[in-house]
Amino acid sequence: MQLSRRNALALGLGGVAFAALPLPAMAAETVEELTAAFAGGATVGTGGVTLTAPEIAENGNTVPISVDAPGATAIMLLASGNPTPAVCTFNFGPAAGSQMASTRIRLAKTQDVIALARMADGSVVQASSTVKVTIGGCGG
Amino acid sequence: MISRRDFLQATVAASALWGASGVGNWSRLAAQQALTQDKLLEFDDYGNVTLIHITDIHAQMKPIWFREPEINLGVGAVNGQPPHVTGADFLKMFNIESGTPEAYALTYPDFEALARAYGRMGGLDRCATVIKAIRAARPDALLLDGGDTWQGSLTAQKTAGQDMVNVMNALKPDAMTSHWEFTLGIDRVTEIVEGLDFPFLGANIFDAEWNEPAYEPYKMFEVGGANVAVIGQAFPYLPIANPKWMFPNLSFGVREERMAEVVQEVRDNGADLVVVLSHNGFDVDRKMAGNVPGIDVILTGHTHDALPEPVMVGQTLLIASGSNGKFISRVDLDVQNGRMMGFKHKLIPIFSDVIEPDAEVAALIDAEREPFKAELEEVLGTTDSLLYRRGNFNGTWDDLICNALIDEHQADIALSPGFRWGPSLLPGDNITREDLHNATAMSYPAAYRSEMTGETLHTILEDVADNLFNPDPYYQQGGDMVRVGGMGYHIDVSKPQGSRITNMTMLKTGEAVDPAKSYVVAGWASVNEGTEGPAIWDLVEAWIRKQGAVTIDPNTSVQVTGA
Repeated sequence: MQLSRRNALALGLGGVAFAALPLPAMAAETVEELTAAFAGGATVGTGGVTLTAPEIAENGNTVPISVDAPGATAIMLLASGNPTPAVCTFNFGPAAGSQMASTRIRLAKTQDVIALARMADGSVVQASSTVKVTIGGCGG
Repeated sequence: MISRRDFLQATVAASALWGASGVGNWSRLAAQQALTQDKLLEFDDYGNVTLIHITDIHAQMKPIWFREPEINLGVGAVNGQPPHVTGADFLKMFNIESGTPEAYALTYPDFEALARAYGRMGGLDRCATVIKAIRAARPDALLLDGGDTWQGSLTAQKTAGQDMVNVMNALKPDAMTSHWEFTLGIDRVTEIVEGLDFPFLGANIFDAEWNEPAYEPYKMFEVGGANVAVIGQAFPYLPIANPKWMFPNLSFGVREERMAEVVQEVRDNGADLVVVLSHNGFDVDRKMAGNVPGIDVILTGHTHDALPEPVMVGQTLLIASGSNGKFISRVDLDVQNGRMMGFKHKLIPIFSDVIEPDAEVAALIDAEREPFKAELEEVLGTTDSLLYRRGNFNGTWDDLICNALIDEHQADIALSPGFRWGPSLLPGDNITREDLHNATAMSYPAAYRSEMTGETLHTILEDVADNLFNPDPYYQQGGDMVRVGGMGYHIDVSKPQGSRITNMTMLKTGEAVDPAKSYVVAGWASVNEGTEGPAIWDLVEAWIRKQGAVTIDPNTSVQVTGA
């Protein structure tokens, strides 16, 4: 799997530069390992991060995902059902006007997409959303 | 001859609005009354705002038979809740006596006998009479069309929806939303929409590339001294349930956060009443009503449910107005100081033998049909069986189509999509070309023949079953289960995706379907571009002509548990 195929194309919001760094492709890091590394020992809570994703993907190859975590210094996106769950991490500098980002990701199958946000005080929160990848065709 | 009965209106005093259960008293006060046009239209004007809702007409300009579903399961929290109530349970829930016109209009039992007694329903010329009568009482009433209007008949197919556009224009809608409209192709939709005198609303339709709104989200109307915002919500799963290549640059989705934003926007702009004209499907609307604050009324569509009383979610009214022109809902509202203070609602059944056709619209319908008259009226055969489609698992119309697919394509297994449109025919009726097209007319009709392994077939059934039985409504697409010929199966609707479907069996031999073996499969309405095969209506017409008289055996090939 090539990193470029993950479509980790970040659309900057608010006009403030931030970095979207594809995670190092140390193959097959699990969601648990990635979460532990990101949290750095903090207990992962909920609330404070909003993940917006379609319930059913119109095209599993390019699924629009938005994350918003006011006050975050970094947000990590994981696709739990992909062969390589790591998608990308958005880092927000002190001058960032908002801590939100939109991107499109490729999903191999129906799975939970997870967003983890690290706040300035080091606390970590997460949100997840099930995105269904379907063969479709029989609605009406 | 029509028996002398009437539907009574559900009147709820303003003081009883909040907390009303929404069910149980529809016909409690029903006395034996004459089934007359005056009685069907009787309505003491209430409040200051009137909404008229019609939806899912599926291009049915003339009166039709339409048998309501026998099986319409709800999973999870909505099990046993309207609209997942059918037959005797439905009659009991709404206090309707069996054998009455209400029972005929709203449920399936004794359908054939009651159909013969009470006649066909619908007809846009009759709908025009009702709409004009309401407007005579309430000149600023809003007529709102929930979509699935331009598809579903031979004439709509041949004119790319123009016949329906012309007839609907004569009814003067104030707004519409959409679903099957887009299967005419984006260029045709754009051409029609540019010529409409009313907005084509869709708050959840976005440009797929830039993720920006692609259609007007709402329209504000001044009605009875109140600002009424009508927000459109198109079918969320168009690019999944229908061919995406026909409208490649559009994205849909439930987009709950978008709906919340638009509701806030219209409130900020001074809306006293917020109405969502929706093609979400009933369960999706019910969830949305609970999650998005500030919506007063959702005019539901897509799932073809007809409910004689509103369902209330918190302080939001959900109105379900049926399909195929069978019903029109009138909703009168008292809107004061930015609040809905009370409502009065009536689901008006369009008994075609009782309601006088509007002469102007009747003439327009005839003019639209005239060029196709001989084609429409040609008799292909007769049916000895009741032909209907609606229901979660199978219907005799699809059994007929599956039989034709298996014979004409020499297939082991046939698949027919679980569409909810398609009127019924009574035993002894001729099957005309119009009737066949009413059950099949659409823009991707190729009847394919291909090979699939047992494993692939299982995956398809599981996928479609999850579209119908996922306990979270936002993951439901609103069709019925794909209909299968030549193969039986067992489904436990309570299980998760991947483990609902078991015991797939070839009906002819009684052998279990082998996951590794290839089977010849015939089907139609594939969403894939470039699907090859004759149009389904040509294939079925050839088959019906060979049969002469069609008989459909009772179908017990699907065993259902977990409901």
